[in-house]
Amino acid sequence: MRTKLAEYVDSGDLTLNLTLRELRSRYKKSFLGWAWSLLNPLSTVIVYSIVFAFFLKIEPPRGDPSGLKNFAAFLLCGLLPWNYLQGGMTGSMGSLIGNANLIKKVYFPREVFVVSAIGSLLVSFLIELGVLAGILLLLGNMVLPWIPVVLVIVVIQSFFVLGIGFLLSVMNVYFRDVQHLINVALMALFYSAPIVYPISVVPDQAHLGGVTIPLGTLYRLNPLVTLVQSYRDAMYNLRFPPALSILYLIAWSAVLMAVGLWVFQKLDRRLAEEV
Amino acid sequence: MAAAISVDGVSKTYRLYHERNQSLKGAVMSRARVRYESFPALDDVSLEIPAGETFGLIGENGCGKSTLLKCIARILNPDAGSIRTEGKISALLELGAGFHPELSGRDNVYLNGAILGLSRKQLNARFDDIVGFAGLEHFIDTPVKNYSSGMYVRLGFSVAINVDPDILLVDEVLAVGDEEFQRRCSEKFAELKHSGKTVVIVSHALGSVRNLCDEVALLEHGKLLSVGPAGEVIDGYLAEVHVDRVKDGEYGSRWGSGEGKVERVELLGADGAPATEIHTGGPLTLRLHYAMSEPIPQPVFGVAIQTLEGFTVTGPNTRQAGAVPDQLSGTGHVDLRVDRLMLAPGTYDLSVSLYDYSCSHAFDFRYRTLRFDVQRGDPAEEHGVMALGGEWEGAVNPVRR
Repeated sequence: MRTKLAEYVDSGDLTLNLTLRELRSRYKKSFLGWAWSLLNPLSTVIVYSIVFAFFLKIEPPRGDPSGLKNFAAFLLCGLLPWNYLQGGMTGSMGSLIGNANLIKKVYFPREVFVVSAIGSLLVSFLIELGVLAGILLLLGNMVLPWIPVVLVIVVIQSFFVLGIGFLLSVMNVYFRDVQHLINVALMALFYSAPIVYPISVVPDQAHLGGVTIPLGTLYRLNPLVTLVQSYRDAMYNLRFPPALSILYLIAWSAVLMAVGLWVFQKLDRRLAEEV
Repeated sequence: MAAAISVDGVSKTYRLYHERNQSLKGAVMSRARVRYESFPALDDVSLEIPAGETFGLIGENGCGKSTLLKCIARILNPDAGSIRTEGKISALLELGAGFHPELSGRDNVYLNGAILGLSRKQLNARFDDIVGFAGLEHFIDTPVKNYSSGMYVRLGFSVAINVDPDILLVDEVLAVGDEEFQRRCSEKFAELKHSGKTVVIVSHALGSVRNLCDEVALLEHGKLLSVGPAGEVIDGYLAEVHVDRVKDGEYGSRWGSGEGKVERVELLGADGAPATEIHTGGPLTLRLHYAMSEPIPQPVFGVAIQTLEGFTVTGPNTRQAGAVPDQLSGTGHVDLRVDRLMLAPGTYDLSVSLYDYSCSHAFDFRYRTLRFDVQRGDPAEEHGVMALGGEWEGAVNPVRR
């Protein structure tokens, strides 16, 4: 175990280099280059604003205590973390298969591929958050003192994404239909969290065939709900997320990391043959 | 001397999937019946490689030598047994591993270097050496996809040799490339050897293994047959295997219009019986059995002998020798009798051909149809591809009368 740890430390440079490779090659040969990193969420915001705010008349909640009421800002606070999660899941699934040639020819801890795939997405995420901070400032939300809080949530979410990434990356090597499964799951997950709609539209109770289901409580068990709400608290509402929420997220991240790494070690043994 | 690598009872089994079923459904449905066959690539192999030694792994295709190398490199994990290594390992199984085509040579040097285990600081210090050695100063900021394959390999090799590991593992892929490149490889290995590094080489080219390696391990069907000084093991191996190691037609390619064919090639000894051993300076007869489906006027038979690297050592034919018959039909054979075979010890590939008199139309061409080994003989020369067979004078104290 100690040697494994030493290996991780030694792989720091490599992780950095592979991350840079991802970043440099991502927008190579595209005319707008890095601007795409911002244009993608922007186009989503425009579409969703038209559909949800204009057609469906979804009212963004008024920020408490910030007093901000703006659908685009409300949406972005949830959409950017979601994009990071979604990108991390799809990116890590391809990270081992896409580097099959390297895995067969060179040895180093294969976790590096997953970490660098997610690391490169983290860089774009941070840039996007920076732009969002600028937008919020323009809208009169004094978000600057809350940046440390946001960064803490980013760190927790990164471990959350890494845990899932470790799990999905090796499973996809052995069973290629993991990626199809995930595509379906992602669509459901997106609407399972209050990203395009405020949490207030979710009813506390639902009645199904005479049985009363505590829907609101079940809904809040979803860590994605906690995650999105925490980001919104720090950036939209400008208040501390409840300590319990943060602890809940930390617990989820820790469990996912433990399970992810455990499965990864298990399946790593035959990786060079199977990939 | 302490062992740099100790391999202890290592076994490795591959799974050969009959019907590759990479889906959850397949895994669930066929959980009871396992849909693969086990193939033992390594079977209880134990050996020690002393520090500072150049060590060769030889054997037929599929004998497990590359698997063993990959196990030492930790790319593969053995199913049983353990491998202990002392010091930093670098494995050269492929040059330019991880090069990204869209990135510049400069970026790729850093990337590839990191993959091979160099830190950024080390790379900064060695960057100019690496680029200089590859001779790519003018192209270092060009995307690698615009490189010629030669430039690509040069840059990959240049990074690789600058890794400076304690243990270097080399697969025979490095043996391909032009002569200049091979010379550099050899020089670099010699340099590593002098600086006390441990080098493990997997190769088919017995000649270069004999020259480069101190010790050699011979593997067959995943089992370790023998370990010992390079010369001994290789000689033992060559004496053991039958002369035509590759079955006719199994290895090379064949083309031609087919009106006449070289059905079979035989290597015969002095007594006219199939040769079991071929020695430098010894006799050898190449017998080409032909079968013509129609009469062929003025057929030209030819043979070519090449090294495994593809260098043609010699290529005599019946036209140059002025031995072309007016016409041949049916079946029969022609012999090329060599009284003293002046090939240096090593492994060679034989190609045979049947052409028309203009040597522009091939009836049958069997490229690299047979592989044979030449063993030490008289003259007792070992280097290069040919024995000169000269006499040294003045090198021994003359006996004065």
